[in-house]
Amino acid sequence: MFVKQTAGWMRRAVFSAIFVMAAVLFSASYGVAQAAEPLKVAAIYTVPVEQQWVGRIHKALTAAEERGEITYVYSENTANTDYERVMREYAEAGNQLIVGEAFAVERAARAVAAEYPEVAFLMGSSFPAAEPNFAVFDNYIHEPSYLTGMIAGAASKSGKIGMVGGFAIPEVNRLMHAFMAGARETNPDVEFMVTFINSWYDPPKAKETAYAMIDNGADVLYAERFGVSDAAQEKGIFAIGNVIDTASDYPGTILASAIWHMEPTIDKAIAAVKDGTFKADDYGLYSFMEFGGGSLVADESLIDAATLDAVKAKEAAILDKSFTVEIDDTEPKSSQ
Amino acid sequence: MEYVDILTSASFWAAAIRIATPLIFGVLGALICERAGVLNLGIEGIFVVGAMTGWMAVWIGADLWTGVAVAAGCGAVFGLLHGILTVPLGLSQHVSGLGITLFATAVSYFTYRTALPNVSSPPRIEAFQPLDVPGLSDLPFIGPALFQQTPMTFLALALVLMVGFVLYRTPLGLAIRAVGDNPAAVEAQGLSVYGLRIGAVMVGSALMALGGAFLTMSAFDAFFFGMINGRGWICIALVVFASWRPGKALLGAVLFGAFDAFQIRLQNEVGGAIPSQVFLMIPYVLSIVALVIVARKADYPRALLQPYFRGQR
Repeated sequence: MFVKQTAGWMRRAVFSAIFVMAAVLFSASYGVAQAAEPLKVAAIYTVPVEQQWVGRIHKALTAAEERGEITYVYSENTANTDYERVMREYAEAGNQLIVGEAFAVERAARAVAAEYPEVAFLMGSSFPAAEPNFAVFDNYIHEPSYLTGMIAGAASKSGKIGMVGGFAIPEVNRLMHAFMAGARETNPDVEFMVTFINSWYDPPKAKETAYAMIDNGADVLYAERFGVSDAAQEKGIFAIGNVIDTASDYPGTILASAIWHMEPTIDKAIAAVKDGTFKADDYGLYSFMEFGGGSLVADESLIDAATLDAVKAKEAAILDKSFTVEIDDTEPKSSQ
Repeated sequence: MEYVDILTSASFWAAAIRIATPLIFGVLGALICERAGVLNLGIEGIFVVGAMTGWMAVWIGADLWTGVAVAAGCGAVFGLLHGILTVPLGLSQHVSGLGITLFATAVSYFTYRTALPNVSSPPRIEAFQPLDVPGLSDLPFIGPALFQQTPMTFLALALVLMVGFVLYRTPLGLAIRAVGDNPAAVEAQGLSVYGLRIGAVMVGSALMALGGAFLTMSAFDAFFFGMINGRGWICIALVVFASWRPGKALLGAVLFGAFDAFQIRLQNEVGGAIPSQVFLMIPYVLSIVALVIVARKADYPRALLQPYFRGQR
């Protein structure tokens, strides 16, 4: 009897303690949540997140999630035929910002966005933004691409540079053209071999294409796709990286890389949605070097000092706007 | 003149054989299945399975040849599934095959992503390296073209001989060919039609998986989503081109490899004048032309696509 009463008293004490603690925790967390409700962000990718281009977006969003600014969900490898449906699902699920790539679904993506005017859309696109909520971005890293071109032109002894691309679309073409312009600056007689493999994801084919260029005398390769640097390393020639920094995977092979940083674009969009100022803007500009969206990494041990100085001077000229890299979206061709 | 230079260079033929290797595996696999009377459109997905499992086995810690065996085994499992659906159950071979392709591809991607949820670039393995055959590799022209390939290419060439020998010189081969032409006669001989057909589909699928494994373990050293890129479908066309004969299958695969190697080099030579898409079409257009010329006389296995039910006429 006595024992049982004690137990009952203790139970009540424990219960009330738990209740008080829960109440304190709840109000505390409620207060925090009120202070900074994380933004609900969803992303839809048509390729896996290992893909260089999409990987940069994924990285920026993951970083924002780790800072506690957003909650982040994503679908990778989404077929273009499924893209519209996934956009709708994320919009219906109450996401406030939807990031993705509309290259193959431009018209459909715009139509879906128009149906959800309260949701902000930030899409990779080759076309202008659409009112009221369809903002666009792209990897405008033509400036660092120009700088890598200068390095490649100076490094080529044979005067032949091989370039392997995925598809001849504006986002690829403009970087190739900037690269070629840079190479011509340091080596006016340089010749280019340009090949497209019509796949984003066929490293064996990219590698095979690179071999063919090396057979044909190329001694610097522009590695737009996975597989090209592998061929360069195997045959002991140089390669130029693009979008991501793979230098550590191919020591002594990658002269320089034009790196894309998606963080300025993503952070700008998150801030705009949070303070209610999100508009159908062109966010492409946040990929420019000026905003930290593009940068050059160079392996200084492989490049001669004179070239490095010239590249640094050009970089400064780009940043102070005394030099502008031309944007050319037409399909690049092999030199005749 | 440039064209002659391209066609007479050893590196061109080396590239043609490298490009042809996964196709040789695939076309032999499809050929065995069809010789037994079963069309296997699961080939594209089974390529993915082979590419993923072979690479994954090595990445986990197996040695390369164990990886090859794992790929073949996993391919055979999907072959067994296709065999059960189409042979005793007698379902549409087209529908089942396409289903296998979708299923096998999705399972491979799912497994890959479950094992590696957060990778920034795909992990690499130590892939097969080109063999240096003493004496032969130093021969002029033939050496660099034929004898500086990876071991899996030699395996593919050896398999052409083996499949040819088994099909035409052994009782087993006779039974496989017969089951694709006249299963009732095979049944009358007291042999199991189901056993032969399912067995042939499993072996054929194992070979298809080796084609995929070549891509991740020999041509490259990592697995990517979508890297099979239609190679399986090419094999289905090449079987018709080959009139279901292993020797011609080898010829067809090498011819396709040569077309592809040629268009890559042509893009470098005259790419300024002609859109790149035209070059990319060349191997496929030439394959269709070759198919039209050759396949008009094609001698189909008589019982291809026809399910066999015991006692039914």
